[in-house]
Amino acid sequence: MTHAAASIALLALGGAAVWIYPRSILAFLVFQGALLAIYVSRVPWWLRAALLAFGLLVMMPVIGGRNGYYLEVATQVCIFAALALGLNIVVGLAGLLDLGYVAFFAVGAYTWAILGSPHGNVIFGGGFPLPAWMFYLFLLVGLLVAAITGVLLGLPVLRLRGDYLAIVTLGFGEVIRVLANNLDKPINITNGPKGLTPISRPPLPYFVEYNQGFYFLVLLIVVVVILVNRRLEDSHIGRAWEAMREDELAAQAMGVPLVRSKLLAFACGASFAGVMGVVFSAKQIFINPESFTFLESIGVLAMVILGGMGSIPGAVVGATVVTVLNIQVLKGLSLWLNELKNAGTTILGYNLANLPTQLEPAKYERMVFGIILVVMMIVRPQGLFPARRRQRELAHLGEGTPPAAPPA
Amino acid sequence: MDLELLVTIFPQVLLDGILLGFMYALIALGYTMVYGVLEFINFAHSEIFIVGAFVGVEILLGLKSAGLLETIPWLPVLLLVLVAGMAASGLLAVSIERIAYRPLRHAPRLIPLISAIGVSFFLQDAIRLFESIWRNAFNLVYPTLDVLNRRYDLTSTIDIPLKSVVVIAAALLMLWALWALVNRTKIGTAIRAVAEDQAAASLMGINVNRIISLTFLIGGAMGGAAGVLFGVQYSLINPYTGFIPGLKAFTAAVLGGIGNIPGAMVGGLVLGLLEAFAASYLSLLTGGAFGAEYKDIFAFSVLILILIFRPKGLLGEVVRERA
Repeated sequence: MTHAAASIALLALGGAAVWIYPRSILAFLVFQGALLAIYVSRVPWWLRAALLAFGLLVMMPVIGGRNGYYLEVATQVCIFAALALGLNIVVGLAGLLDLGYVAFFAVGAYTWAILGSPHGNVIFGGGFPLPAWMFYLFLLVGLLVAAITGVLLGLPVLRLRGDYLAIVTLGFGEVIRVLANNLDKPINITNGPKGLTPISRPPLPYFVEYNQGFYFLVLLIVVVVILVNRRLEDSHIGRAWEAMREDELAAQAMGVPLVRSKLLAFACGASFAGVMGVVFSAKQIFINPESFTFLESIGVLAMVILGGMGSIPGAVVGATVVTVLNIQVLKGLSLWLNELKNAGTTILGYNLANLPTQLEPAKYERMVFGIILVVMMIVRPQGLFPARRRQRELAHLGEGTPPAAPPA
Repeated sequence: MDLELLVTIFPQVLLDGILLGFMYALIALGYTMVYGVLEFINFAHSEIFIVGAFVGVEILLGLKSAGLLETIPWLPVLLLVLVAGMAASGLLAVSIERIAYRPLRHAPRLIPLISAIGVSFFLQDAIRLFESIWRNAFNLVYPTLDVLNRRYDLTSTIDIPLKSVVVIAAALLMLWALWALVNRTKIGTAIRAVAEDQAAASLMGINVNRIISLTFLIGGAMGGAAGVLFGVQYSLINPYTGFIPGLKAFTAAVLGGIGNIPGAMVGGLVLGLLEAFAASYLSLLTGGAFGAEYKDIFAFSVLILILIFRPKGLLGEVVRERA
């Protein structure tokens, strides 16, 4: 019972901290830490579920009412969690390293952005933007378009070995970005670097505030994605993916149809990204190719790896950590450094006003991703929340057991 | 379509393509050598390459601010910069291998690749951080050596700047030196032995770890030289410049057959030429509908096509499937 009491106290503390210090990043981190602690705590599952639901469904919107930026953070965390879960299928379960995952996100985003904004008129004549309620229909359309794109990319390249596949997907991601950047002529499809705006936002029930409603919508989608993932994991096809990841030849010998399974993995992963792309474009109202760079692909990959490849809670935690680090902690550090600089504070005899202007922690997210990737690979390749099967498999690494026979 | 224009610019485009091709070839060697020995894509090679360029620009800027750039003749300056860039990149490559790859040598395939991506991202921002503190700017311009911009007329319509001659000559010299090292020396034999079979090589008394380090050193040094030459030729660099040439060079390595040293040279040249012609002719041939901005797409499409139809590259041998 002490665990239960501690969990409730922790959640209350987190909520209170944010309520009292609505502008403190630390307070919000305490709140997130409380949610995580409840997830890993040893209280009965129903209490855990109830507390998490209370935290996410009641406390988070209230906190968001106190400081709207936190709601934005929570919404972004949800979007990236869904992306990480999608990539988790491709990389974690099926073992296909996809370095251009953000391309599918872009496909979904542009699908709604073109048809859900006045820009549709430029291509098809009149009648655009489509009515806002069609957004819900386009969640499905985005899913299908992205899945088809995934299959189209997969068909020619899935016969390749792992690391070649990685480079080709990387190239594909760049191709999609270059296309988005340049397809403003000869026919203006994407409006080039200028991007598309205003993109319609979905109608939501009137009794909630819009941003809170949007948060609930995204949360709902993430829950659906998590459920789908859990069902997939232990399904026939999920087992086939894991067999394929461990040893392609053996899996093939056991009757796993390689190409079909790989295509399915690509299509599944891509479809999640497609749905989230539609959501993302509606949330941002404005999109341009800058949102779909290689950096984003690596960011999502870092989330999957930090959490643990093939692990569902891992992908969610990884997405939270990386997103919060990026849009809160690093930004907060930048602001703080700037304040110190403007105040001319001196640390150890060095006047911070002399600090180079180019130095802004928020600009160094690559460094953060890079360190996460390398350190996790060396120290803890199974990730923070490893999938059980993966944990056993990687257990021999780092214990100095003799390596397997070198490749023949 | 302006046929006459197509013909007039042909030699110039050819020259650009060859220059670009040698650049790719030098970078591709780093990928291909490491792949040959470890069967591993050293994703951080594009940053190893750009570090060479940054070391070069720092030395040149240092000489310039000391007022020495005008007084010392250009050849020693260029040699100094080249050697320094090669040393820095080579040592960097060796340390990366030691820190980020060696602990993972027996891990599943994707793990070192992910680690390499991490190193690449880390290095990009590390360079940026350093230059931001050091110069408060991270977009740097190579100081011009006036001599190198002197142009020589080949025919009445085309001329070639001295720096392009220097770049081509340096690239040829290094490619030859590498070829000789790998095929004509004892160390080269050891490298080839390790690439063939690590276990057997170590039974023959070859220190495998040392040979792997050496491979990174040589590949890195080639990358560093390419970085300096890249800076001299195209002059504008920033920490993220290396990424696209690195990717293209990898494409070139695959094109020629990865793991295959002459293949990397051929692949680099072919890709450089293809790209130069795509950049200049695409817009002319399509009446301006598609321009030079599609040259990257062109390169990646080439990569995908090769991997589909000749997965072992132009000069690659057919290797049996490894379980």
